[in-house]
Amino acid sequence: MLVIACLKQVPDTTQVQIDPVTNTLVRDGIPFIVNPYDTHALEETLRLKDSHGLKSVALSMGPPNAEATLRKALALGVDRSILLSDRAFGGADTLSTSNVLAAAIRKLGESEEVGLVFCGKQTIDGDTAQVGPGIAVRLGYSQLTLVDRIEKLDLDAKTVTVRRKLEGRYEIVEARLPAMITVVRELNRPRYPTVPMRLASAKAEVESWSNEQLQLDVNSVGLKGSPTWVSRIFSPERQEGEIIGDGLNDPIAAARLLLDRLVQGDMLSV
Amino acid sequence: MSEPVKVKRPRGKARVIAGKCIACGARCQSVCPINGVEMSEQGEPVIETAKCIGCVKCVKACPAGALEMFYTPEELAIIASFEKHGGEEIDEEELERRSRVAAYKGVWVFVEQNDGEAAKVSWELTGVGRELADTLGVPLSAVIIGSGVDHLADTAFSYCADQAYMINDSVFRQYRTEPFLAAMCHLIEKHKPQVVLMGATGMGRDLAGAVATRVKTGLTADCTGLGIDAKGNLMQTRPAFGGNIMATIMCDRFRPQMATVRPHVMPMPQQRQGATGITIPESCPIPESSIFTRVLEVITDKGGKDKVDVAGAEFIVSGGRGLMAKENFALLEELAEELGGVVGGSRSAVDAGWLPQDRQVGQTGKTVRPKIYIACGISGAIQHLVGMQDSDVIVAINRDREAPIFEVATFGIVGDLFEVVPALTAGVREMKQLRS
Repeated sequence: MLVIACLKQVPDTTQVQIDPVTNTLVRDGIPFIVNPYDTHALEETLRLKDSHGLKSVALSMGPPNAEATLRKALALGVDRSILLSDRAFGGADTLSTSNVLAAAIRKLGESEEVGLVFCGKQTIDGDTAQVGPGIAVRLGYSQLTLVDRIEKLDLDAKTVTVRRKLEGRYEIVEARLPAMITVVRELNRPRYPTVPMRLASAKAEVESWSNEQLQLDVNSVGLKGSPTWVSRIFSPERQEGEIIGDGLNDPIAAARLLLDRLVQGDMLSV
Repeated sequence: MSEPVKVKRPRGKARVIAGKCIACGARCQSVCPINGVEMSEQGEPVIETAKCIGCVKCVKACPAGALEMFYTPEELAIIASFEKHGGEEIDEEELERRSRVAAYKGVWVFVEQNDGEAAKVSWELTGVGRELADTLGVPLSAVIIGSGVDHLADTAFSYCADQAYMINDSVFRQYRTEPFLAAMCHLIEKHKPQVVLMGATGMGRDLAGAVATRVKTGLTADCTGLGIDAKGNLMQTRPAFGGNIMATIMCDRFRPQMATVRPHVMPMPQQRQGATGITIPESCPIPESSIFTRVLEVITDKGGKDKVDVAGAEFIVSGGRGLMAKENFALLEELAEELGGVVGGSRSAVDAGWLPQDRQVGQTGKTVRPKIYIACGISGAIQHLVGMQDSDVIVAINRDREAPIFEVATFGIVGDLFEVVPALTAGVREMKQLRS
């Protein structure tokens, strides 16, 4: 039985800056990383490989340089790493992304039964949390989002029981396999690659599938298969506020001045 | 007699405008019909001018306006002579698509509820949904799916809804993706709404992603602004690139246009007690035996004494990288306590381990709109600003006069927070003593 982790290579958005003059993104020297939530999806895949003897696969749709992410997955111990890359896949929104990932999972399922698919709860660049549910619906899998604990995996009964972390409450949910599970960071602590594994991964093969393997309608993938499009990108205009007092030389007076203004303006009452 | 020479309108060639590309993920390469776009290591396009046929597809696809058409002076002269002749070419396929889109009417808000208690975000959405519906001149409908939820229709009417689609059945007692997905898709196919809004909560995001995939339409997550353009399409504005910049997303060729909005992003509308509307009973029979997901237990997380509700607080004192160390947050705690508020923080503070994740304000944390938000040592990355910019009053305290946080602040103090914050705490304490 297969357990699959879906990974996305993302720019480290915490390091992106805006050029104050041109109002454009400064991307020079911004490194690509594995989406942090996905590292927990990968870790869970590896744990189920260790504990239940499942065969683990890492999947990623992206440009050719996303191979680096899949090589890291090999260094951590996945059995197969597959890059889904094709010119036709570029510019995809979440609907066409889930189409490609679901097609790859379906293809893997032709030769071996798929038990679980793990995704991060969202990416740090898009923040949409939509690709996981998209995969589940397309494949007809059970959908379990925001999981912070796997309570029980029963391969004979083909069920999985998880704990979902929601606003102000947890839910213990039992569902039928195959299941698509999106994970939060509390689920586990990702491992580090060992030196021998890392050395071995440098030579291991990252498989590459294009649309020749997946045979999807080109109008259902990439930009063409995306109902949403970006009409405008902008830095928001904001109204400059008022600087109160001389905080550098007389912080106490500045603080008092501020409190006076707040009280006079009816914004603060004590 | 000679044949009249037919002059074709020059198509020009595409080129990249330096510095504007944002490496969006090769949209230009994906649409190029002649494979004339290669991507560099940085993810920027390199256009093979010799191959370019001037179809303009890449220029249209670029979200950053980083591509343009250019023409030779001779071509420009010919174009000038064409100027007077215009008009849009519409083929049959396009006509059919337009009539399909036009069949969808109305604005819907999915009312999220738990044990018959509605999530507040649902009414924040009927508030903004009312504006959209009025602009479009269509009704605003609440969609209520659950068990024992009849009373929610009146609440929906009191929060601006004209009508309510009601599915009341024991199979919907607890939220599970499969039955809610089936019910929602059933209603959408039957009544064809043009806009569907849901809260960007654990439940809303679980359902919205599934519904959009099943009905094969676009979904825009975590919108911070919703509006209607001149053609009647939904303009969905949200933070992009991890909240570093804003993007307006369109879904003009597909229906319904679906969007999620996070709690506290939209203002709560005034409740009109006694307002009435039309309840439309619906059903979507799903036998329990056909559902393979069961909620075994719900554990309410009341939390210990450490549990702090940042999203619901009236006063928030927030710290960022400028706090330098975990123990320095005690300064903020003191001020927060005097104000009767709570302490929050930026992503840097949470990533550094100075605060628990549930205190994070911003794109990946909580969205807040307190009466007063005091940002201490926070520079103000957009991903933070989108989480707090709707606070009634924003006070920024930062040593760096150029920090972007001053651009959203109502009041700013340029100074050392280690001096200013204790002075504020002392000032508030003094004012209280004078009172009593």
